[in-house]
Amino acid sequence: MQTRYSFGGDEHIFVEVDEEMSLEAFFKSLSMTTAVREADIAGVTEICPANASFQIKFDPDVIAPQVLMDRLKGFEAAAESAEKTIETRIIEIPVLYDDPWTRETLMRFRERHQDPDATDLEYAARVNNYPDVASFIAAHAASPWFVSMVGFVAGLPFTYQLVERDKQIEVPKYLRPRTDTPRLTIGHGGCFGCIYSVRGAGGYQMFGVTPMPIYDPAGKISYLKKLMIFRPGDILKFRPIEREEYDATVAAIEAGTFVPKIVPVTFSLDAFTADPAGTNAKLLEALNG
Amino acid sequence: MAERSFEVVKPGLATTVQDLGRPGYYHLGLPLSGAMDRFALIAANRLVGNPDGAAGLEAVFLGPELRFSADALVAITGAELPPKLDGVEQPLWSAFAVKAGQVLSFAFLKGGARAYIAIAGGIDVPEVLGSRSTYALGALGGFEGRALKAGDVVPLGAPTGTGREGASLPKEGRRPAQESGVEIRVVPGLYWHRITEEAQAGFFEDTWKVAPEADRIGYRFRGGKKLDFVPRQQPFGAGSDPSNIVDSCYPYGSIQVPGGTEPIVLHRDAVSGGGYFMIGTVISADMDLIGQLQPHQPVRFQSVTLDEALAARAVEKARLAKLGELI
Repeated sequence: MQTRYSFGGDEHIFVEVDEEMSLEAFFKSLSMTTAVREADIAGVTEICPANASFQIKFDPDVIAPQVLMDRLKGFEAAAESAEKTIETRIIEIPVLYDDPWTRETLMRFRERHQDPDATDLEYAARVNNYPDVASFIAAHAASPWFVSMVGFVAGLPFTYQLVERDKQIEVPKYLRPRTDTPRLTIGHGGCFGCIYSVRGAGGYQMFGVTPMPIYDPAGKISYLKKLMIFRPGDILKFRPIEREEYDATVAAIEAGTFVPKIVPVTFSLDAFTADPAGTNAKLLEALNG
Repeated sequence: MAERSFEVVKPGLATTVQDLGRPGYYHLGLPLSGAMDRFALIAANRLVGNPDGAAGLEAVFLGPELRFSADALVAITGAELPPKLDGVEQPLWSAFAVKAGQVLSFAFLKGGARAYIAIAGGIDVPEVLGSRSTYALGALGGFEGRALKAGDVVPLGAPTGTGREGASLPKEGRRPAQESGVEIRVVPGLYWHRITEEAQAGFFEDTWKVAPEADRIGYRFRGGKKLDFVPRQQPFGAGSDPSNIVDSCYPYGSIQVPGGTEPIVLHRDAVSGGGYFMIGTVISADMDLIGQLQPHQPVRFQSVTLDEALAARAVEKARLAKLGELI
């Protein structure tokens, strides 16, 4: 891991913890951004952790760029030796895989896809060496995912699955981005999953939809009073559902009676590295009681 | 109608409520938003006696038509979009009085891209996360989270009473919209090392043209040579194209070049992150200039150091400080 520092003009510092994605790089980025937040440095206006990097926006009239750069570098050694344990929460996301809306959308944009004769799920299953779509969905929904970044658009989580690298799902993005993606689509591009918080353009492969809104600009949905639900460091677990439960959940959200399943958990990177299956089993036990 | 308001007779092309933005939520994917030409909005606000951060309207390319329910003091700055009151032309960069029932409209654009309409008392839509700016992609803030539509009745706040009819900003105090020879200053960095030395030199030598895909999210440029990449084995998670990186945050003003072909400069409604490499960042002093560029306008990028960027920032700050004495 080679950390690289760069100025983004006169108002940003960009820190690449590692060129490649790993949970170690994500934890180091999270640890450094937490240190910056706790240091409460005058002039720092935005602290944005990403998958394997982070970005600080600052006012150079308050703090000189080089002074801030030196302070950030000072946090690096501590972040490396910091205990890689976080107090976080696991959130269950019900998913209707292979739903009619993403299916209709992917058919409309077939000429922008690597494999015009297959659905996104069929293509992803094949390039990841799964015998069929059902076993691919089972793998997608079996192990939990880390929210390794929130962004692109409001409240959109980038997710990284808690499995060994050789088990990571990897798919290329569409050859050319779509101009439309249904709201709440479960997507995947490169090694990252995502949930599209709003309808709009997108390049990730589309696997399904969740009935559970994750961004509400009006702040009216009970669990979205703060407009969005996800923060970097959250853990997600997808649960496959059928159409009947999808419709019932949509109705419950409209009626204001839906309560998402959210349970506080502790996650230790060292424990996960030593025993991924056992660590995931404990996370799911916490979620399902 | 609200006590003090205006009714939208014609909305223009994309007229939105903007103030100086909504900092503090970029880590959740909510961009700053706010006026793309901040200097112009601040100048318009000062001309009508508003605080710098009062909400006004940003009109792009085509002005709206607005009928006022009450007497008001109005100033238009930024693009050369000549205002008219009941059909009679009014001066730009000046405060003029509007009587209840009168209609503010605009002649065709003569220069620049975005005009700012400040009204004494400011636009009184509710604050969302500390700002009245519109973030249309997230349906947040402004007037119902969107650009204005015909029939909207937009509420106005109470004037401070310090604005005065006829107040004007003389030419030397403005930042003139440039027709040609526009140079945008850039600090190379971020993933600058990913392109070859020839590509690095070529980017600053070439003349680029603003593409039609230019909006509040970002400005795309065309016409320069394709950038060649330094060969490498793509890192895990980055994606297969040489212009891909492991998805990272995007600075405001950062220049991404998907596929190495068309640079995109992110602006106030930036997507907060993604998987394209960036070659550097436009300096804060030149962000307003980008907001006034028209499609097809030729532009060159100029490489500057961080110290030069800070010096340019100081010049802009001095220009703002001088506003008060000039008006």
